[in-house]
Amino acid sequence: MVTSLRSAVMSAFSAVVEPVRVEGGVLEEAERAATGRFELRSVSVAYGSETVIEDVTMNIPPQAVTALIGPSGCGKSTLLRCLNRMNDELGNVRVGGTIALDGQDIMAKNVDPVELRMRVGQVFQRPNPFPMSIYDNVAYGPRTQGIRNRDELDAIVEDSLRRAALWDEVKGSLKKHAFDLSGGQQQRLCIARALATRPEVLLMDEPASALDPISTQQIEDTVAELKRTVTIVIVTHNMQQAARISDQTAFMLRERLDQPARLIEVGETRKMFTNPDDPRTEAYITGRFG
Amino acid sequence: MRLTRAQRARLSESVARSLLGAAAAVVIGLAAFVLVYIAWRGVPGLSWEFLTEVPRNRGREGGIFPALVGTLYVVVGTGLLTVPLGVLGGVYLSEYAPRRPSTRLIRLAVANMAGVPSIVYGLFGLAAFVLAAGFGRSILAASLTLTCMTLPVVVTATEEALRQVPADLRHAALALGASKLRTVMTVVLPAAAPGIVTGVVLGLARAAGETAPILFTGAVFQMRRLPDGPGSQFMALPYHIYTQVTSVPNWNRDLVWATAFILVLTVSAASAVAAVWRSYRRRRTAW
Repeated sequence: MVTSLRSAVMSAFSAVVEPVRVEGGVLEEAERAATGRFELRSVSVAYGSETVIEDVTMNIPPQAVTALIGPSGCGKSTLLRCLNRMNDELGNVRVGGTIALDGQDIMAKNVDPVELRMRVGQVFQRPNPFPMSIYDNVAYGPRTQGIRNRDELDAIVEDSLRRAALWDEVKGSLKKHAFDLSGGQQQRLCIARALATRPEVLLMDEPASALDPISTQQIEDTVAELKRTVTIVIVTHNMQQAARISDQTAFMLRERLDQPARLIEVGETRKMFTNPDDPRTEAYITGRFG
Repeated sequence: MRLTRAQRARLSESVARSLLGAAAAVVIGLAAFVLVYIAWRGVPGLSWEFLTEVPRNRGREGGIFPALVGTLYVVVGTGLLTVPLGVLGGVYLSEYAPRRPSTRLIRLAVANMAGVPSIVYGLFGLAAFVLAAGFGRSILAASLTLTCMTLPVVVTATEEALRQVPADLRHAALALGASKLRTVMTVVLPAAAPGIVTGVVLGLARAAGETAPILFTGAVFQMRRLPDGPGSQFMALPYHIYTQVTSVPNWNRDLVWATAFILVLTVSAASAVAAVWRSYRRRRTAW
């Protein structure tokens, strides 16, 4: 981890950087809370020689839900993966600009992606529990951190499952195989698994797109509950979902195939959906393309 | 007679179905015939004495106990060498090997090793392990020779099994802060275990049944005692059959067929156990 001196310097630096304008409401309240705040400055992403995302500058407020919306192929998931450096794993991906988490540059050489990912958890599009028991799935992260104490693990597993709203359904059968759960339960298990490392931020890549409406509803309820303690960044294709669950919305668009995607507009969700500044945002939200 | 399009389609469909069915029936029939025939010829020679006693009268009487134990030793020895080497090699090829020509060369080499005739391995084992390395004709030399033969099977099976584990599972572990090594050891390898075990059982079954690789490297015609260590020579089931038929005048039909039956039985029992375990596990890996 970074030294406190370094983070102090970084926060002083980021205070100088132009803050995102937010007028009152949820976001301002959230800004005051402590950790899990991302600041992206001129972020670009290139696969090999092709730049796919260019010049994304935005803040992600802590303890709030930020939705990334936009048509398929506009780089939402790629941008999301920048935040826990999962792009590192895909090979041949270069990320430019700066991304700071609580004032700390996460792309700095001295930042270990492994430690970063314990602070920034991820839930994937399809439920992907490990082929092991419910308990072992949730305990995977803590065990990776070196926690071996049985009581401590038990407590983390229970707490994580409660926060993911799955505890009541599985508390009697923690030894059951994760694959015996329904798709929606599996996805909430994956949320619990991600929560077990006590992350400050949870990245969700279309977490409900493979689920039925009832499971989707449960995931959304979980997200609404979680944002009191965790920063959530969610990629979604579902405009209603973005409107329902997010506090801030960022609209990305790749206008031409030979051009990289850009951030068109970012702002408070209510405003984005009722009175967007950019005509392209309005066109997308009202379903005229994408 | 003129057929409509739909009638033609139905006709070719039913012709194809019967041809494919016939081919499958021939294959299954052949396999069943071989097994039933071996059982039919082998069962009369079976007895408790046959399984627990040493051969007498050059193998015309008595049992096959030393050959049974010898084959077991060689297969265990081969397994001890093949499984770690083969699995680690497969993990390297699937998870770590960079995508470049030298990696393709390794893969090509492995594929070619699988195609080398077993008698060539026998000759190689004689030169490399028995003579050059100085292990003499022994369980060790024979196991090493058989390892050369089974390694490609295990490496390839491991690599294939690992490749079939969805990338999503790897990403999930990495996103939880697991290192690549931990991801492979705790998530990817266990998920791939059924495929790996299949490869191991196939490879070892082949090792148990091969005569050529042990011909020059340690198998002997007859032993009155059991092997006392990895440096010892040994009897083996396939070699026992071979020497009985080729070198013993008036060989005992019943006992040789019974030996063949035991060999087939042990190998298929191992495959069956692996298959049952795999199907149990497969329900747990639904991709």
